[in-house]
Parts: sequence; C-alpha cells; structure tokens
Amino acid sequence: MRHDPLGRPPVLLLVPAGLAVLVLLLPLLVMVASTDLPGLLDQLRSEPLREALWLSVTTSTAAMLVALVLGLPLAWVLARVRFRGRGLLRALVTVPMVLPPVVAGIALRTAFGRSGFLGEPLLEATGFAFPYTTWGVVLAHVFVAMPFVVISIEGALRSAGAQYDAAAATLGASRWTTFRRVTVPLALPGIAAGMVLGWARSLGEFGATITFNGNYPGTTQTMPTLIYVTRQSDTDAALALSLVMLLVSIIVLVALRERWLGTGTT
Amino acid sequence: MKQHLIVAATLTLLLPLAACGDEGGDGGDGGGELTVLAASSLTDVFEELAATFEDDHDAEVDFSFASSTDLAEQVADGAPGDVLATADETSMQVAEDAGVAGEVETFATNVLVIVTPPDNPAGVESLADLDGATWVRCADEVPCGRVALGLLEDNEITAAPASLEEDVRSTLDKVISGEADAGLVYATDAVAAGDDVATIQIPGAESRLTSYFLTTLEQSEDADLAQEWVDLVLSDEGLQILEEAGFGS
Repeated sequence: MRHDPLGRPPVLLLVPAGLAVLVLLLPLLVMVASTDLPGLLDQLRSEPLREALWLSVTTSTAAMLVALVLGLPLAWVLARVRFRGRGLLRALVTVPMVLPPVVAGIALRTAFGRSGFLGEPLLEATGFAFPYTTWGVVLAHVFVAMPFVVISIEGALRSAGAQYDAAAATLGASRWTTFRRVTVPLALPGIAAGMVLGWARSLGEFGATITFNGNYPGTTQTMPTLIYVTRQSDTDAALALSLVMLLVSIIVLVALRERWLGTGTT
Repeated sequence: MKQHLIVAATLTLLLPLAACGDEGGDGGDGGGELTVLAASSLTDVFEELAATFEDDHDAEVDFSFASSTDLAEQVADGAPGDVLATADETSMQVAEDAGVAGEVETFATNVLVIVTPPDNPAGVESLADLDGATWVRCADEVPCGRVALGLLEDNEITAAPASLEEDVRSTLDKVISGEADAGLVYATDAVAAGDDVATIQIPGAESRLTSYFLTTLEQSEDADLAQEWVDLVLSDEGLQILEEAGFGS
C-alpha cells in the first residue's frame, strides 16, 4: 500500500470490507473449485447450452435496449418534471424490484397471458400471444430489469444538476434540445451504469420467465432455466453450466466497465 | 447497553428451550415430534394422515414438502428428519447410497392423465389431439417428464409441447390458468385440481406407472415413532386415503 496523505485506512473499515469480499466471493470460489473440468468441456459442446446461452445474451440485450428507450424518458420525467404524485409514481415503478419473481410471472400472466387482460384481446385480434415465445422472455426481462434502469438513471440525472438545463434554456435551447445536448451527455456514465445493471438483472432472471413463458429449448429456455432444470437430474452438470454463465457475466461486466464507465483507474 | 444486549441475546436463546420444556410436560406419556420429508404430490394425503397420527400417538408431525430430488439430496447431506417419502426410485436410491435409509417400502402408484381447462378450448380428447394444441408437460429431467416421454413414445406421438415445465405442479398450473390447452399430469394432481380441470384418461398409461417409496431415516431420534408413521401409511386407513386422492396401490 502506497503512502496516502489522508493517513492509513482505518481497521474499522478494512475488516468489514474484507468480510464483505469473503461473503460475496467465497461461495463462488468454492463452486468453481468443485466443478469437474472435463464435465465443463462436455457442457461447452452441448447444444442446449449454446442455445440457452445465446438466448440469454440476446434477450437480455434486447430487454436492456427496450428498458433504455422507455426507461430513460421515464427517469427524466421523474427527475425533471414537477407534478402531483411524483413520489408515489417513483415508488410504484420500483415495485417489481421487490416483487418475488414468481409473483412477477403471475402478474405478467394476468395482464399479457393468453387469457389475460390485454393478452386475450391481442390473441383474438392478431393470433399472437406472448407466453412460450422469445418475445415473452424479453417482456418478462423488461418488467424485472426496467426499475433498475430507471432508478439508476434518475439518480444520475438528479446528481447531474438541473442548473445546466436552466443555463441551456436561458441560451434559448428548447427542452428537447436541452435533453439531447445537455442532460443526457452529463448523465451518460449513470445511464451506462443503469444499462449494465439492467442487463445483468435480465441475465440472471429466472422466476418470472419460467412462470410466464415456461421452458422450451431454443425459444424460452434461458441459462438460469436450463441450470434449474438440469439440477433436477444432474447437479454436476448444473454446476458446470453455472460456471459458464459466471464466466460470460464477468467478461461482459468487466468489458462494459472498462469501455463505458472508464473506472479502470487502479 | 452492551449488558442489555447480552441479556436479550441470552433470553432469546433460552426461550425456545423453555417452550420445549413446557410442551414435553403437557404431552405426558409418549408425546414426541416426528418430521416427515415427502414429495410435494403427497401433501394433501399426508396432512390428512397426520391428523389421525397426532390423535393416536399424542405426537406432533412436521412436514417438509419438496421435490423428491431436493429431499433426497438434503437427507443424504444429513438433514434432520424421521421419514422420507419419494415419488421415484432414483431419489430413494440416493438416500440408500448415502446409508441413511432404513427398510424401503413401495406404498402407492400414480399414472399420467391429460387435463384441459373445464371448457376444453382445443377439443383435446386423446394424446393424438395434442398435435396443433398449445400443450405442456414436465421436462425430461424430472420424473413426471420421463414418464410422459415414455408414454408419448409408446403412442408414437410427435407433437411438440409449448413448454417443458420444471415440475408437475407448474404443468397443472399452466392448464388451470388457461395458458395451456392441455397438460400431462398425474391422476392425483387432476383429482386435487377438482373442477378447475377436465380429466381424460390415457389408454395404456398403466404401463408407465410411477411408484412411491417410503423409508425411516437413520438420523431419526425416535425410530419407533418413525416406524409407526410408515405403518400408518401402509395400513388400510392409509391406503384408503391414498385411493381417494387418486393414487393406485
């Protein structure tokens, strides 16, 4: 540790910080250690794994983009527009964050299921229904991930400060121009962080997806679902699959962090 | 402040012990506790049997209902319990291999049936009608899925399901909620669902029977009481309750 002009970091902070690392990493390290490597290589070649991994990555990315397109404007409204019930609305849109995933799946079903509130008229009018389709998976992911995107972008918009918006307005910029040229660029790191968070949440999503969409290889079987179902018959294979998912998540998260957040300052 | 905390902590630790002591006192002779680990599909039947058991033995019965796979893993890992009941042989084998199972008894069987929503929107009357319907079954990895797969092969059915569900209850749930036109579930699940589903028997389903297995556990702290639960399940009364719930014997 190099000399820090602020003095040595206090033990009272270092010890709990170390414990935090232990709690977060020990289970993962032990899991990695107890995976048998030849089995892992077999898994890598398996068709279900490649299908599920591809589906997970594509649906999570799609969900992240939808959550951004819809969530950024919502975050802006919550951060910049004054109206009655704003606090209530902010609380309501975060409800899916605390909802048990299975309940989220049931809620989605009552709204968008084949006999759901919107789902039934949709099915009758177009012959299309969300359940059992990849679109349904994206919908479930958006439902659980968007609150994370909205909350972290809203936080970024707030801390970016409304005074720059005001300055832009005094210089004659319209509100739309201000949004595009001032607000968004200032909040960009927060927006990127929100997208990463939303993507990560989608990738791990399981309960809502399996309840709303079921499980079918190639169309609705994402990695977490494949891992869950595999564990019913073969714990070792499930462990190997988890490891693959862990690796992919780490690679993507590290890559995104370096590239977008520019926090590689160590 | 610190002292208060210590007193509070000590009290918290002691309270459950005190409660236990009281219970033992009230229970008089033979009062005991029995923990039964059982496959989810046995929930209704075992809870009914527990009422009888508690009256007859002045004992309290606790249950842990989960999938047979999960329970077998827990038991092999030394989880506390007196009796294990599984819905398949493989899971019971896991317990036997771990050396925690006593004598293993078969006590019931189950067959697959087709269930549809009460109004049967897709007009499913047989396995052959599944073609073109939105239907669901259990995944190949779980016992009910293996049975379904065998049955479909026997009947040369190639229709693809819309979803491979993680267990039989969620298969049933998809049909009850109307998200699927038909599903393959155990006869007992169809009985439990009552008027929420219409049931269609599958000719030849008996050739793919699912058997239920029961054993006392080595980690039991009251082997006699555990054996009496096994005896109750195997008794005429037990078999009658099983039959009413749709099980075969």
